[in-house]
Amino acid sequence: MAVTGLAMVRLRNLFAVVMLSGIFSLSAATLYVVLDAVDVAFTEAAVGAGIATVLGIATLAVVRTEMEKVQKRSVVGPLLIVLVTGVALIYGTLDMPHYGDPAAPIHHHVAPRYIEDSGREVGIPNIVTSVLASYRGYDTLGETAVIFTAAVGVMVLLGRGRRRRRQDQREKRREAAE
Amino acid sequence: MKRKAVLRVTAKMLIPMIMLFALYVQFHGDFGPGGGFQAGVIFASAFILYALLFGVANARRVAPPGFVRASLSFGVLLYAGVGVAGLFLGGNYLDYSVLADDPVHGQHLGIMLIEFGVGTTVASAMITIFLIFAGQDPEIGGGER
Repeated sequence: MAVTGLAMVRLRNLFAVVMLSGIFSLSAATLYVVLDAVDVAFTEAAVGAGIATVLGIATLAVVRTEMEKVQKRSVVGPLLIVLVTGVALIYGTLDMPHYGDPAAPIHHHVAPRYIEDSGREVGIPNIVTSVLASYRGYDTLGETAVIFTAAVGVMVLLGRGRRRRRQDQREKRREAAE
Repeated sequence: MKRKAVLRVTAKMLIPMIMLFALYVQFHGDFGPGGGFQAGVIFASAFILYALLFGVANARRVAPPGFVRASLSFGVLLYAGVGVAGLFLGGNYLDYSVLADDPVHGQHLGIMLIEFGVGTTVASAMITIFLIFAGQDPEIGGGER
């Protein structure tokens, strides 16, 4: 994954970058399967590797596929910021409990209740679904609203509304009349 | 892409299967991995495959923009509506236990409905975004926008 990420930064051919981002998503999905998060892996494979790649290619059909050379500016400042942020993040992870540690706070908050009671309360074998749809129903409603907003945003920005279409027709008619 | 016979025939065989798999993921999300989000994306990918091979103009005829927009809003409204129905039946917002006589049945019903809402919205959103993106380009757009 690190190699794919670096290659994506270095490459100038945007088509290859889109393909590599698909590969990146697919390997991320494999990683999630290894971590036993099948639902997340499924989503990553469908959205990240599937739809996002197709949308990227559709965008490339509209814009140029080669990136222009950017003027080289001083890299010291940005590099310093990235390094400091990275070190701070890694320092932050030192305090985190180890992966799979049974004493980690995440296993003691609401997780036991979900695991023990969701079978009785919701009665659905897939706990992920019952958490997503029932216990965390508000969050999922919010996510759906986000997707709705995204589609509406694309429609408003790029879609051809009724008024524009009518204008086109008028122009066409005028051309035909001439 | 007017003469890709192999691709077209393969796609024609694949599209129904992709749709069937999407429905399976949608309604089997209670038992295995999957749910509305994934199902919506898979369902949309069937449409996108069709649009890629047969042109955006034809895809627009299969899924008219008005219909896609209506189902885009219908999904969110269904989700929010299930919550409001819970309010009217004496529970909290998005509390599915009151939807049926038995709380567990209510939960099942509520989850199925909201997953369907999520799936509808996601599928329509993906189809909308793809058709608009692809419609920008006259070559894929089939000349007619």
